Amino acid sequence: MSTVAVEVVYRGIFQKSLARNIVRSIVFAARKEGKIGTAFGRYSDSPERNGIPAKQFAIVADTPEELEENLAVYEAKEVDVTINVDDTMCKGIESWAWYGLQPINQLTKPGGTLIVTSRQEADQLIEDVHEKDDPYDLAIVPGIPSFSGLWVFKDDHTDVRVLGALCKVCPQLVSMESMAEALREQGLNELKVTSAQRTYDRTSTRTVEPGEGNSEVPFSFTLPGWKEMEEGVVIKAAGKGGGFRGGEGGFEPARNETFKKWSTRSMRPVINFETCIKCTLCWLQCPDTCFDVTPDGLYDANMEACCGCAVCEAVCPVPDCITMVNEAEFNDNSSQYEAWTADADGYKTWMTNLIDISKLNERTHGFHHVGGYQEQIANVEEE
Amino acid sequence: MTTTESGLFQVEKEELISGSEAVGIACAMADVDVITAYPIRPYDTVMQYVSRLKADGAFDCDFIVAESEHSQFEIVKHASAVGARTFCGSSGVGWFYAFEAIAVTAGLRLPVVAMVGNRALDDPGAFGVEHNDALAVRDLGWLLYWVATAQEALDMALMAWRIAEDSQCFLPFALSCDGSFLTHSQAIVNVPAQEKVNSFLPAYDRGRLLLHPDNPITIAPQANEDWLMEIRRQSDEAMHQTPAVIKKAYQEFKTIFGRGDPSPFIEEYMTDDADIILVGMGTLALPVKVAVRQMRQEGKKVGFLRVKYFRPFATDEIREALGKCKAVAVIDRDFSLGSPSYGGVLFNDIRSALYPLDDRPNMYNFIAGLGGREVRVRDVNDMVNMVQDALDTGKKELDTTWINVRE
Repeated sequence: MSTVAVEVVYRGIFQKSLARNIVRSIVFAARKEGKIGTAFGRYSDSPERNGIPAKQFAIVADTPEELEENLAVYEAKEVDVTINVDDTMCKGIESWAWYGLQPINQLTKPGGTLIVTSRQEADQLIEDVHEKDDPYDLAIVPGIPSFSGLWVFKDDHTDVRVLGALCKVCPQLVSMESMAEALREQGLNELKVTSAQRTYDRTSTRTVEPGEGNSEVPFSFTLPGWKEMEEGVVIKAAGKGGGFRGGEGGFEPARNETFKKWSTRSMRPVINFETCIKCTLCWLQCPDTCFDVTPDGLYDANMEACCGCAVCEAVCPVPDCITMVNEAEFNDNSSQYEAWTADADGYKTWMTNLIDISKLNERTHGFHHVGGYQEQIANVEEE
Repeated sequence: MTTTESGLFQVEKEELISGSEAVGIACAMADVDVITAYPIRPYDTVMQYVSRLKADGAFDCDFIVAESEHSQFEIVKHASAVGARTFCGSSGVGWFYAFEAIAVTAGLRLPVVAMVGNRALDDPGAFGVEHNDALAVRDLGWLLYWVATAQEALDMALMAWRIAEDSQCFLPFALSCDGSFLTHSQAIVNVPAQEKVNSFLPAYDRGRLLLHPDNPITIAPQANEDWLMEIRRQSDEAMHQTPAVIKKAYQEFKTIFGRGDPSPFIEEYMTDDADIILVGMGTLALPVKVAVRQMRQEGKKVGFLRVKYFRPFATDEIREALGKCKAVAVIDRDFSLGSPSYGGVLFNDIRSALYPLDDRPNMYNFIAGLGGREVRVRDVNDMVNMVQDALDTGKKELDTTWINVRE
């Protein structure tokens, strides 16, 4: 008599099909062993927006009654395995559904496993993941965030590789043999079954001890009661804002206190303050009003407010003045402007390194510059 | 320009006008800011009259003929949010075409006042009265009132803005006027002096909820299950507060204008010692009162209760009025197919309200007058006879009976 719960944390829209394929395969595979299960999404439909962290769940039980007991709650309060298919979400997630920052391992049971698809080493990832009171295991499936998304399924085998790793770390859920059978039955080719088997063979776990990890207390909010809320579905405006960092000069807009949105971001702008010509385009075009205007008229992208859309990079007329860099390269939301004013040379070295890294790697989505899409299409046609 | 400036309603006088025209005059006297219109019978009688009053210089307003009922109700919804006093209306399927806007108007607590010229729902294309059009909003937070006379139409229109725009309430108000019997029938109506209306009806003050550049707010953002129940509970609370607002407004109205029933919610006619009490809404009151008077002369202990507010439903008053009789016979000018006992909407609400009483009267239901069919005095007599037979033979329930329908 037992129940096993698995959650897949993914980026809304882009990774929805990927997450759905994973949870459905779990239920199919468990069925091969006579178990019964269900696969469902939370915020995997209309409130889901590009990049917003969202979840799908698979619950597998020995009997229909046990399954029902688990379905009688809106979503699982704890899971045996958390699967994170974009390592930038290891910093915590915030969605339309959760007020405040939810650690990626919040639902992971004591002794459970967190599986992350990532090119980072375990120690690097653990720096991002919030610490827990109980030990749990971490397993890494090597790879970049797969954007096998809504319109096209870019078949990079992430789905089956994750499933292979899952069979290894959670044998009580389903055996690798049953999983392989289920994958074949769904019509997947032998190459994908082999990918699953290989990942199964190669996956190992590392125990994360209590107190190990990011010690930050995640921000949270209390939802108001109906007597405290304004009537008529009215929300007071955030206000106008004021000077930079509360001072006289510059300008910092007031922002929504209860929804910061930054966990939507999978890359962030890195700014060269020395080549900036103060043209205002990034500040004007940013859809999230994320730029703070400094007293000397520069634009500091506020990392509490930036969603990582890259519009600033696209409109900036100066080469390499704004460059989008993978979020995994950063461990905090600190101000680039403050780092630059504190140590201009140190900042330049740091920035140049990040720009180089960014240009070496293909992006998960979007392009380094306007016209990138046309270039890629031309290359594909040549091939 | 207001009517005070135009001088049109400076002195109290009598007019021979229809219920729609009475509502139109109330629009002018209340100095409504934004009026939207889209023609459909029988509601169109009010838009025609309002546009004439405006053209004649009686008062000024933004009079917008929309391209459909949906836009018509959307426009007043938005105008109400920016602090404009509003009026609109429709009939039958026109009202239904506006339903998206109608539903959110209540949810957003916007005190739009609308006249529903009650009309049968097409198809078949029929112009006569049925109450199903207005009743469709009964669960959504609209105040729903059924008018019986042209005088009441004028009085209640003035009351509607007063009540709806009270910050304790801030809910939209639908004034239901039976098609033809009210919208097209003229009666002698006392039109009060503008001065009295001014002292009764304060300006609409949206307060903290006003959408204005000086008061930056967002209205109706996306909200999920973690907010929605609280929002609904607020609307529920507003509906709870509304009866007190209604009572206060009614009392002041009686003081200023010198007319009105004892209760704002119900009208009781010869119910004191009645064994059988008939219940109905709107202009049905006329033939039923005549029938009750005739039966009283024959010594039958019969009375009539007119439900004025269907929402908020006056549970306490109705229990008090009906709790002591032997039988209640509800005459529905509506239908609710497949409902409990295949009964009408009014019947099932009345029966539900009486359920907690220890000594409940027997409940009988008649469907009558659909599509504007005449409800004759002799039909009312037949109903009472059927109820009396049921009482005599101890039948607690009769099949819901359709009156004056060809077999």
